[in-house]
Amino acid sequence: MSPDLPHRQQHEHDHQAVPSDPALRVKALESLLVEKGLVDRAALDALVDAYEHKIGPRNGARVVARAWSDPAYKQRLLTNADAAIAEMGYGGFQGEHVVVVENSTKVHNLVVCTLCSCYPWPVLGLPPVWYKSAPYRSRAVLDPRGVLREFGLELPEDVEVRVWDSTAEVRYLVLPERPAGTEGMNEEALAALVTRDAMVGVGKVSLSKVVSAA
Amino acid sequence: MNSVHDMGGMHGMGPIVEERNEPVFHDEWEGRIFAMNLAMGAWRKWNIDASRHAREMIPPAEYLRMTYYERWVSGLVELIVKSGLATRDEIESATPAAGSAKAVPAANPNQALARIATGLPAKRNVDVPARFKVGQRVRTHNMHPVGHTRLPRYARGRSGPSTVTMVFLFSRTPMLISSVSARSTFIRYALLGASCGAPRRGRKILCT
Repeated sequence: MSPDLPHRQQHEHDHQAVPSDPALRVKALESLLVEKGLVDRAALDALVDAYEHKIGPRNGARVVARAWSDPAYKQRLLTNADAAIAEMGYGGFQGEHVVVVENSTKVHNLVVCTLCSCYPWPVLGLPPVWYKSAPYRSRAVLDPRGVLREFGLELPEDVEVRVWDSTAEVRYLVLPERPAGTEGMNEEALAALVTRDAMVGVGKVSLSKVVSAA
Repeated sequence: MNSVHDMGGMHGMGPIVEERNEPVFHDEWEGRIFAMNLAMGAWRKWNIDASRHAREMIPPAEYLRMTYYERWVSGLVELIVKSGLATRDEIESATPAAGSAKAVPAANPNQALARIATGLPAKRNVDVPARFKVGQRVRTHNMHPVGHTRLPRYARGRSGPSTVTMVFLFSRTPMLISSVSARSTFIRYALLGASCGAPRRGRKILCT
């Protein structure tokens, strides 16, 4: 993995092969749809703003922190995630049916969407580029341990790896293991430790937050 | 359909590249096409299965060459044209045909945000007997539908215990779906045969 490789540079390289500039094409499409009365420009602004600033992995981190702090909540989360997530005020589009899978010393869960990019938006926001990319989608189900090694996570052989291939209907959220040394922490402090990568299963939560690159 | 979007189990796709401090959108147009896809969905001319299929229909070489949101551009254009919301001529010229403007106003910001907050649940609480119990051993079909399927190639003809039983709306092929596990890898979707439940809005209700 090359975490420092500038993504935008890759994009620009990709764009050279595309016949028309997507930025111009999208601008033209938007103006057509606005003129035809099919979209409201202000509604597009509001949607972009919601996913850039409001709906993201901090939501999921709060769910995880509560599950670590409140055993009854954790039980509800594992048995009926939709209702438990709704208790925290989250839910909605592309996260209507969520299943929470719990990591332990014996089991490590990893989430992928081999066919496209399904991901629990209300709790994690929009997926990162690597999650939607061919390398991750192709190999997560074939060589999950190798994939985890690329993220810097080496799991002992006796830990069972379960790979969950998401669908449009059912999307998965990993409940990571609570790290040692966090016993006295409140929910807010715990939530600050929880990374997106840990909730997808490509990282673990640690006090130093350096286990995974993101 | 058996196209390149069905990537599970393939070799040769290269290393996974993780970007530090990745922005939600890398360019303004990515956010715009994302939002247009969501906003246009409100006209209810297509559902999530159709929008996925529109991207799966991109020819394989194109699909691999495109960035993720370029596929969203391509998919949305196809859906708009097929559903008749705009013609290809209108899209190519970026000019609406005379008198074609919608009389019904498009969703305003509050309505658009309310729609994503509510979501579009695919689950249907219909009373149909599940053909398989959770934990029961099932085998997936070895099938090759030309339309959209949730059953990826790597999981076809595989057996394992069923893990989930739910009823979902599905737009095209009637089928029963269940998540199954095989060894330590949990694999989704045993495809189990005929549809169950009554048609709703012209679509089949499926047991998953």
